[in-house]
Amino acid sequence: MRTKTTIASLLAATMLVAAGTAQAETLRLLTWGSYAPEELVQKFEEEYPDIDVEVTFSNNEEMIAKLRATGGAGFDLAQPSHDRIYAAQLEYDIYKPLDLSKIDTDAMQPSLLDGVKANTTIDGEVYAVPHQWGTSGLMADVTKAPDVKGWGDLCDPAYKGKTSMRLRRTILLGMAFSMGEDPFATYSDLDKYQQLLDKVADKLIECKDNIKAYWKGGDDLSAMMLSGEIVASETWDSTAYKLFDQNKNIVFIPPETGALAWIDTFAIPRKGEADDAAYKWINFVLRPENVTIMSASTGAIASIKGAKELLPEDKKAAVNAAFTDADIDNLKFFANIPPGVEDMEGKTLEKIKAATGG
Amino acid sequence: MVQKDVRRLTLILLFAPFAMWIALLIIVPHIGMVALSLREKVAPRVYEFGLGNYIDFINEPIYWNTLLRTGSMSLLVTALALLIGFPIAYYIAKIAGNRTRGALFLLCLIPLWVSDLIRAFGWILLLRETGVISTFLQWSGLVSGPIEFLYNDVTVIIGLVYTVILFMIVPLVSTLDGMDDSLVEAGYNLGGSGFTVLRRIIVPYAMPGIVSGCIVVFMLTAGSYLTPILLGGKNSSWFTEQIYDQFITRFNWESGAAFGFLLLAFTSTVIWLGLKLSGQTLANTVAKS
Repeated sequence: MRTKTTIASLLAATMLVAAGTAQAETLRLLTWGSYAPEELVQKFEEEYPDIDVEVTFSNNEEMIAKLRATGGAGFDLAQPSHDRIYAAQLEYDIYKPLDLSKIDTDAMQPSLLDGVKANTTIDGEVYAVPHQWGTSGLMADVTKAPDVKGWGDLCDPAYKGKTSMRLRRTILLGMAFSMGEDPFATYSDLDKYQQLLDKVADKLIECKDNIKAYWKGGDDLSAMMLSGEIVASETWDSTAYKLFDQNKNIVFIPPETGALAWIDTFAIPRKGEADDAAYKWINFVLRPENVTIMSASTGAIASIKGAKELLPEDKKAAVNAAFTDADIDNLKFFANIPPGVEDMEGKTLEKIKAATGG
Repeated sequence: MVQKDVRRLTLILLFAPFAMWIALLIIVPHIGMVALSLREKVAPRVYEFGLGNYIDFINEPIYWNTLLRTGSMSLLVTALALLIGFPIAYYIAKIAGNRTRGALFLLCLIPLWVSDLIRAFGWILLLRETGVISTFLQWSGLVSGPIEFLYNDVTVIIGLVYTVILFMIVPLVSTLDGMDDSLVEAGYNLGGSGFTVLRRIIVPYAMPGIVSGCIVVFMLTAGSYLTPILLGGKNSSWFTEQIYDQFITRFNWESGAAFGFLLLAFTSTVIWLGLKLSGQTLANTVAKS
């Protein structure tokens, strides 16, 4: 009798395990460092016990390169920035259209949602929805570099050898704005954009002498800034907020021509195998109680209504120290990158790197 | 008859892993790269066969300047590695006692247990403006303000020599090890000076080791990525960085593949030239060492 029950329960247990493995799903996230905090992943797995979350950290360029290599396979949810989807989709066909009915779009801030939709709609299909937004601008140690106001101030001889920037497209656009131009407006006429890029390149080559080194990631930038080796730099706002936490003199400065704003999105790779789990993750991380956990880790502001109030206290203080309402109105959202522009910008950056101006 | 078959089977089985390695991991991917490098992008998702990527390289001075720069700096690194590595190898192989020899060899190997990345970060910690050396110099009163040692070509060369010198020392030690001491003695007995002995006896004997060491070191240096990127400054571009940028930042796999091939062709040519100029062949040097 006893053995029988044992066998029966064993059988039942095996069946349960079998059923469990049959249902278990893996959600493979391709996202930015700090965009999937451990706390949130655990909470998600508790709520949906049949979903396993696997996270790969990356950046805009590598996300596209990875998905391009496999034709959109290997990941179930990606988080590129809003301006990096249209051209990548046109050229490499790596995403699939979203089913907006499965996403809680009512909770999202309408301006961000509409902005992302407008940027990522191809043939009437929407390919991305917003997740978080933040800005690129300047940061400075206000005790040593009190006069940093605009992008051009990085080239101020007063701070010779004590400024830094990342040699990527952000600084090209920022410099163009500081020279009184609007690069996004010239996207439609690529010849004109090339002329503008040439002007920006001349300026940045001349400026090389003033730069200590080009930073490559948040870590080397933080090390240079905290040690005082540089006093002002181009930066992501989230990096500046983290440093503000350690040294109250280091603040984020929205350039007078407007900080450049990016929106990181959710997009589903073309050969993703866990769409339902992906939609669940999207709705899960945008729930107000989870937004605070996410923002604590990323330093970025969620795309839902009232998100600024949901920031953790230290980040709220940093944002308030950096932005006035006028600064927020002055934000310049990155415009969609038309095909071909990436190549022109790449060439310009190479030219600057190779020049021996400084 | 059966014995012959068995022998043949053994040969095939022993050879198979090597052949598969060469074919699947080297030849096939390279054919793919050649094919990729011969595609020209004419419009989104539309490609044409052509030499456009190679023509772009020739027309753009930035690219070939970077390649020449990478090549000449790699040659310098190779020469420095030989200059520094030769005495060390000679000491280990000929002068040190049996027991110290093992210990010295191990000491040379130890840095290799740490990854490239960590070694580069080690240099960063030492050389940065607020780093160990600069702080020490200020503390000792030799300089008045902080000095930046990082972010220039000299640092890149120091870092590269440090990374690759082991690949110079190992083949040198193994060739010098086989040299009979009586050869050197005979040289001195016949009235040769130290320099003559070095030039006429030791160096010719060590030639196989020198050539193979130089080839390995040059190839490793020209193809290295981490050290030049991490230690290099705002003006130092390295050709591998150029390839990475083409593939990842500019999504231009076609020209990235072409650049990869150009690097391979360039380094192979340099080595061929080096062998010709020094009157060596692969058969009587590398195959012997």
